[in-house]
Amino acid sequence: METKILELQNVTKVFPGVKALDNVQFDLRQGEIHCLMGENGAGKSTFIKVITGVHAPDEGEMLLGGEPVLFRTPREAYKAGIAAIYQHVTAYPDLTVAENIFMGHERVTPWTRRIDWARMHREAQDLLDSLDANFSSRERMGNLSVARQQIVEIAKALSAQARVLVMDEPTAALTRYESEELYRITEDLRNSGVSIIFISHRMEDIWRLADRVTVFRDGRYIDTWEAREITQHDLVVAMVGREISHLFPKRKVKTGDEILRVEKLGRRGFFQDISFSLKQGEILALTGLVGAGRTEVCEALYGVCSWDSGRVFLEGAPYRPGSPRQALEAGIGALPEDRQLEGLILQWEIGKNISLASLGEVSRRGWIQIARERDYAGGLAKKLSVKAPSIFTRVAALSGGNQQKVVVAKILSRDLKVIILDEPTKGVDVGAKAAIYEIIGDLAEQGYGIILVSSEMPEVLGLSDRIVVMKRGRVTAHMETAGATQEEILRAAMVSDQKEMAHGEA
Amino acid sequence: MVAEEEKRERKKRSVPPPGDGTLLSTTMPWSWKDFFLQWEWMLVAVLSLVIVVNSLISPFFLNWHTFIRTPASFLDKAFIVFPMMFVIILGKIDISVGSTVALSAVIMAVSYNAGLPMGLAILLCLGVGAAAGAINGFLLVAFRELSFVIVTLSTMIIYRGIAYIILGNRASGGFPEGFSLLAWGSLGGVPIILIAFVIAAVSFGLVLHKTVFGRALFAMGHNARACRHSGINTDLILWTVFTLNGLMAAVTAIFLTSRMGSTRPNVAMGYELEVIAMVALGGVSTSGGVGRIGGPVLAIFIVGFLGYGMGLANLQAPIVLVVIGTLLIVSVLAHKIRFQGFKLFRARSTAATAGEKNQEV
Repeated sequence: METKILELQNVTKVFPGVKALDNVQFDLRQGEIHCLMGENGAGKSTFIKVITGVHAPDEGEMLLGGEPVLFRTPREAYKAGIAAIYQHVTAYPDLTVAENIFMGHERVTPWTRRIDWARMHREAQDLLDSLDANFSSRERMGNLSVARQQIVEIAKALSAQARVLVMDEPTAALTRYESEELYRITEDLRNSGVSIIFISHRMEDIWRLADRVTVFRDGRYIDTWEAREITQHDLVVAMVGREISHLFPKRKVKTGDEILRVEKLGRRGFFQDISFSLKQGEILALTGLVGAGRTEVCEALYGVCSWDSGRVFLEGAPYRPGSPRQALEAGIGALPEDRQLEGLILQWEIGKNISLASLGEVSRRGWIQIARERDYAGGLAKKLSVKAPSIFTRVAALSGGNQQKVVVAKILSRDLKVIILDEPTKGVDVGAKAAIYEIIGDLAEQGYGIILVSSEMPEVLGLSDRIVVMKRGRVTAHMETAGATQEEILRAAMVSDQKEMAHGEA
Repeated sequence: MVAEEEKRERKKRSVPPPGDGTLLSTTMPWSWKDFFLQWEWMLVAVLSLVIVVNSLISPFFLNWHTFIRTPASFLDKAFIVFPMMFVIILGKIDISVGSTVALSAVIMAVSYNAGLPMGLAILLCLGVGAAAGAINGFLLVAFRELSFVIVTLSTMIIYRGIAYIILGNRASGGFPEGFSLLAWGSLGGVPIILIAFVIAAVSFGLVLHKTVFGRALFAMGHNARACRHSGINTDLILWTVFTLNGLMAAVTAIFLTSRMGSTRPNVAMGYELEVIAMVALGGVSTSGGVGRIGGPVLAIFIVGFLGYGMGLANLQAPIVLVVIGTLLIVSVLAHKIRFQGFKLFRARSTAATAGEKNQEV
């Protein structure tokens, strides 16, 4: 029996309103590559943060080499030999590779404690050579490609004698060739005895690398398999798993005329060749993995950023907003992906937040009519059943779900035709989710055309009329929701094999 | 015990107890405690103290005639305080206003001496000020990557430089008789400059607290991105505010020149900092989004009367600066402690409860 280098038992982590990890277990053997999979929001990130000492678990135990450990800071975890490489490299772009590798544990001369540059560069170069990297330790970090920066991060972890290496979606930003390079390095590391937790959405990563696979779902541990013993189908089912619950009262809304038509929309480096149309009362789900370009398409439609090819028609007329203000005037409103950053003024009370998008409605010749504003905001807040003692309650004090309702109330105050909802239930607890689904259904009934961006399969299947799946900036599938399955969608969102994709579309 | 814990938990997160939507009240909450916790009371106390000390130094200070004439000597820069307050509520700063004052004053003097009628020279002065501000605004809107400090620092140097190019290191004056009345004259016993000041204070106050424009200013100071997403024309507002700042700098230039009788390129040196100090002393947060018109108004009088009183006591100008600087830092600290002390205390008590919990496990 192999030795378990890292073991987590019954770990639970609760954030206000959300149980991010619920009684999770995990073990890592000496010298294996263990893939961790799950949908967005399955708890993978929280899990890494627990391992690397960013978050302390609320319950449960962590054993490193058989000894119980509790890391209070990332530094403690690092010293114990647990290093992490994140999707977005967190380096110092203006420093050299060697300086990046030895950041925090620089090599110094014995007595004078001056930095020993010669030794640092020699050791850095040795590390790079051991990884077969053909670039110099004197290179400026910012000049390197993402793939090479990741190699530097790996070298950094090795320099700290890491026993456990956590790699968070390292291949997400890499080309196929660069991925191959990374696979080779990762395998070499395993063969030299390092234990690796590899987090990825990409099926090819799993088949190419994994010794074992563990799936999380909704913050819960589902199961662990030997990679040889599981099929792609079983894995997808395990990740999606649940039945579509009664959360979604499927309503039959009669769709009306086409209101929005997007033709071959493209923005270099973000998305290409995006086409779809939207009818009155229709809910169109735009799905795919995080980073597939969904948010960027929405931002283009809402005037936050521009597009450089293709056309959009709103009720038959060409539409090209220069700013969200123009989009709102034309009749397109959006619920931003990050409600705290883009949707709300947290320091303000509910009422003032709601009226912010429609100050024209509550004012006369530029003068705000206080009484009218209160009635107006109060009415909208009641309509969306925001739960708070008063419209003078600060939104910072509200739960995620109630904050989201305030943002919806805000955009509803405008005269809209199309509403874009970008991850409307992100960070929202189950009860509030149901309320938001209810609202989305109501909006469709009232004749709004709705674009729903979501990564949650049940949400996509339970709410939408049609589904557009995106992967790496392109539409990979376009289907009617009736008859679509979760497996089909996930395959279109994740699988890169062209044949299999064609199969998914069929 | 359990109920106790639940209550504490609820209090900590300040999430209202679950219930139906009928909770939503639309009546404004009011408490005497909050009313008296307002920063303006502190400023009123400081101002009263300054006035009492002044009247101890000079028996003539509290004479109605002196009391109402005194402000004429320091109100000229007060006109920039209001638009600067707008700039700071946006979370920005404009350090070019002192130079704008010099440039617009110099152009007014030179154009008058070149034969332009005084009325037109004054209009030109206002136009130059507004244009100077508009250039700042344009640079900020067109080049988002430029920081407002760098932009206004550059134009501060440029505007002052242009003033020197136009006039050299000389003074220019010889204005018509009536022009000095702006600073020295009075209407029904009240100085004209005081009347102008009151009009400006009321107008800026109304715009800030009662209009859509003012509401958008506060919103942008807190979260400009959310404002853009809410369909607010943030670029236009930014531009307008900086233009307004330049325009009011020109108003200051007119009153200052009227008081001095002549102008030169080195007038209004350091005005920007004095003005920013008054705004900060008035309780306007330099991180944006917070402030009320009453604070800077009181701060103007505190700084003005303080300087005047120290003049009465024959203290030299540098000492006045030291006192004003000290007052500023002490007041800002007091302001911070009043809010953050509270929060710190709360953070500590939650940390303590979390610690207890861990021990139980």
